[in-house]
Amino acid sequence: MAGDGNGSAEALRVEHIAKRFGGVTALADVNLRLGRGEVLGLIGDNGAGKSTLIKIICGFHQPDAGRIFVDGQEVTIRSVDHARTLGIDTVYQDLALVNELTVYHNMFLNRELVRWPMLSNRRMQRLARQHLEDMGVRIPDVDVEVAKLSGGQRQAIAVARSVYSDAKILLLDEPLAAMGAKEGALILDLVRDLKERGEVSIIIIAHNYGQILEVCDRINLLQHGSITFDKPTAETSVQELTDLVVAEYRAARLGRGQATDTRGRG
Amino acid sequence: MGKVGSVSDTVEIAERVEEAPPPGRPSRSIPRRIGEELLRHREASVLIVAIGLGVYFASAHEAFLTRPNLVNIAQATAPVAIIAAGMVLVLVSGEIDLSVAAVAALAPFNMHYLADYYNVPILLAIVLALLISAAIGFVNGAITVFLKVPSFVTTLGTAYVVIGTVLVTSHAFPAPIPDSATDRIRSWFGYSDWAHITWCVLIVVVFHLLLTRTRWGLHTIAVGGNLLGATEAGIRAGRIKIGNFMMVSTLGGFVGILEAFRINTIDPNIGGGFGIMFLAVSAAVIGGTALAGGSGTVLGAFLGALVLAELQNGMNLIGISANPYNVILGVAILISMIANVYLSRLRRAGRT
Repeated sequence: MAGDGNGSAEALRVEHIAKRFGGVTALADVNLRLGRGEVLGLIGDNGAGKSTLIKIICGFHQPDAGRIFVDGQEVTIRSVDHARTLGIDTVYQDLALVNELTVYHNMFLNRELVRWPMLSNRRMQRLARQHLEDMGVRIPDVDVEVAKLSGGQRQAIAVARSVYSDAKILLLDEPLAAMGAKEGALILDLVRDLKERGEVSIIIIAHNYGQILEVCDRINLLQHGSITFDKPTAETSVQELTDLVVAEYRAARLGRGQATDTRGRG
Repeated sequence: MGKVGSVSDTVEIAERVEEAPPPGRPSRSIPRRIGEELLRHREASVLIVAIGLGVYFASAHEAFLTRPNLVNIAQATAPVAIIAAGMVLVLVSGEIDLSVAAVAALAPFNMHYLADYYNVPILLAIVLALLISAAIGFVNGAITVFLKVPSFVTTLGTAYVVIGTVLVTSHAFPAPIPDSATDRIRSWFGYSDWAHITWCVLIVVVFHLLLTRTRWGLHTIAVGGNLLGATEAGIRAGRIKIGNFMMVSTLGGFVGILEAFRINTIDPNIGGGFGIMFLAVSAAVIGGTALAGGSGTVLGAFLGALVLAELQNGMNLIGISANPYNVILGVAILISMIANVYLSRLRRAGRT
């Protein structure tokens, strides 16, 4: 496909990213790289800065410091739209679906097919139906309102939407939250399929280490706004990851590891 | 619920784009479809009320269906329905505009000042008066979006500023329609019997299509239904909201001009202070628009305005004093609101 650009092995690299909100340091100094076709698991406790990092990569926030490279080229991501044109798309924790709209309108949200001035509803319906069928996502029909669907169906639609948008770099924010086991398995299968095709590089943010290990090539741990751990999945375990997070929690409780000020970069 | 099939080993992503063959449409039972359509088109219930009232008043008083009375009803429906058309978009995007009635009072005065003091040709004066109305809408939207003042408060403030401006500049006296307005222009812009309702139907149709069939409408619903989600999808919510404020304000100004030509006077009381704004919101609510944003219909608001006009006109005809009208209006709003809440709960529950 179109990934033949300059042949960089890296789909995405971020260097020394920092972000503050008022007096709070959300990200201190993040370095992260994502290989082409790789699935990277990004884990960390609540408040570690995972969502902030994702929102920076997808253009929702601008970093205070640091550099971002896409396909080896340095970029300044100005907006969500701009990130999309760079091939970066996100499935958010809060899904970004509009309950009041139909499935197909959600699938095409802000990328609607238009025969000016009207929406091409029939064409969007047909394409959405076809695409969801291809991906094995089963819903009553594409013209029902999203409000009527289950949490898993909504998640599947959100993922399908991103895949449909020709994303090269897909950010999945807690994709397995609010999912039954069966529905979670669907998403994991979906990620595996995408990995096999090798056209999309994926960052998955998750709490559930067990499930994430199933599909990820590599795991990064984000603590207090920095990546503190980076290993291939084969060399780590759920136990090790849990221990790391728990150790951090214990340290914080003992009054050490108050990272906000000591580690914060200006 | 929650039935999800397994993913086939080869997900055919590459072939999905452009012209895919039409797949078999999953069939649904006909009664359920009708039920869903009724719930989806909440206008239907308001239409039934409107027809019921018409039949009742027609049988109660022979004058109800006479031509002059139908003109009365049309002229009472149109101003409310025109403003309501824009108000629905503002409400759906999650905001409200309390200043439209004040803008309705200001616009004909601006036309008068421009035409009579600056010798601006009358049509241009009308256009400029509408542009000034749009600018007030822009201010409403900008304060709401950029300074994050709730629109209820923003537009309450601009409403008083605008009303005050009208009273100060006009010394609270009515003004005559500019002499430069030809008979033809007067009749087009509100003096003739059917001018109001013609403009109204045109505007309602355009705004109905705008809300239901265009990107703008879709994004309006998205912004009102899930602001964060819409923003994350890259929709510029501020632009949508400001645009809707500008449209309702322009419609407010237009209604003021129509009314001035109709009564053949530029009166500071056009718009009734807040009166016509509240009627427009009432019409929208009766027509099935949720104040919380995310859903609403322009056609419903038109029918809501028709119901209000029928009620006032019919009660007047059969000799009920105007006073109970407010009681009935209030009850109608409450019933519609309760029905809205109930229906949306039903809609949400009705997955099966």
